Amino acid sequence: MMDRWTFGLTMLIVGMGGTLLTLILLSLIMTVLKKIFPYRPDEEKKD
Amino acid sequence: MIEAIISGANGLIAGFANLHWSNPVMMAIGCLLLYLGIKKDFEPLLLVPIGFGCIIVNIPLAGLMEKEGFLRTIYDAGIITELFPLLIFIGIGAMTDFTPVLENPYTFLLGAAGQCGIFLTLLLALALGFKYNEAVTIGIIGACDGPTVIYVASQYAQNLLGPCTVAAYSYMSLVPVLQPPIMRILTTKKERETIMKTHKRTVSKTTKLLFPIVITIVGGLIAPKGLPLLATIMLGNLMKESGAVARLTKASENEIANIVTLLLGISIGATMDGKVFAQPTTIIILALGLVAICLDTVCGVLFGKFLYLITGGKVNPLIGAAGISAFPMSARVVQKEGQKYNKKNYLLMHAMGANAGGQVGSVMAAAVMLSVLKGMGVI
Repeated sequence: MMDRWTFGLTMLIVGMGGTLLTLILLSLIMTVLKKIFPYRPDEEKKD
Repeated sequence: MIEAIISGANGLIAGFANLHWSNPVMMAIGCLLLYLGIKKDFEPLLLVPIGFGCIIVNIPLAGLMEKEGFLRTIYDAGIITELFPLLIFIGIGAMTDFTPVLENPYTFLLGAAGQCGIFLTLLLALALGFKYNEAVTIGIIGACDGPTVIYVASQYAQNLLGPCTVAAYSYMSLVPVLQPPIMRILTTKKERETIMKTHKRTVSKTTKLLFPIVITIVGGLIAPKGLPLLATIMLGNLMKESGAVARLTKASENEIANIVTLLLGISIGATMDGKVFAQPTTIIILALGLVAICLDTVCGVLFGKFLYLITGGKVNPLIGAAGISAFPMSARVVQKEGQKYNKKNYLLMHAMGANAGGQVGSVMAAAVMLSVLKGMGVI
């Protein structure tokens, strides 16, 4: 069983790092999707 | 005959005779929650049923939380099974407009910075001697997201469900009081006066439709243990954006959310039995919850300052404070604070982006945390 500090610091580094990296990845994916599917006013009008 | 009368009368005073000192204390706390909900308008939808549940569960001999008691039945059906927080998440997804974060995807990063409090508070809880699963649950208060706290607590630390949930909802409603002083301390007047340009950008319907699907697939693959949280909020959002299932969307954001909120609130109140709740640990948890939300704000504003520096003063650091999950309250606080120092400052849309990012960030942080715990073999 790992000690408390190993557990806490692992959670801090991997948990926070993982959250940050995941959100960076999602923000990149969304940026790419916006470029692939740009907004067209006529698209909205059709709806 | 007289004996029978005395026995019958004893039945009427048994409730008083069995009153533990902690029961009246908890009833007073229940009344305080009702007061805050009804008179002060602090999260009334939750605090009113929680406060009432707290009062009735502290009446001795009613057996509401014993086997087959009506509160126990609701609790087992919705909290132990994790069903209530997940149903609430479908409603939240159906009510939330993620367009601001899609317009400026960089605001996802502010949503990540706003989750630092979770992990720092986890460290503090460990230092104070809490068990691993308890420390994780206390840290999650920093997600500033009630259903996430309930979801994690019901799985890993049911003994802390009551105090953690009360802390989460109370501090969420106190965001307009807690955040402004921290924002002022950490920023200079010049930084607070920064005007952010409003770019008229629009997001296509296809992108809005793909957003919940992409988040569910990518987020679920990275953090499968948190998929129920991610999937339910994104299902609600997909229904809203598709426009194809208006009846389901409406039911999710109204009828289902309302019924579940009522049952959820009263079940949480039911966990506040005096003998369990009136402990020094509860005070420590409430204090740690406060620290968690303050640390979220500190980290969010500091990240905002970092963006201010690297963009040459184009980003107002105040929007970093909106990177928490209290949506849209936190964004409104930022707008109000920004306008105090510069009347021409309209930070609302930028802050809404950070706030929507915080909504995704808090769910993602919980999901990542659960998956890391699973990876470490703790759960």
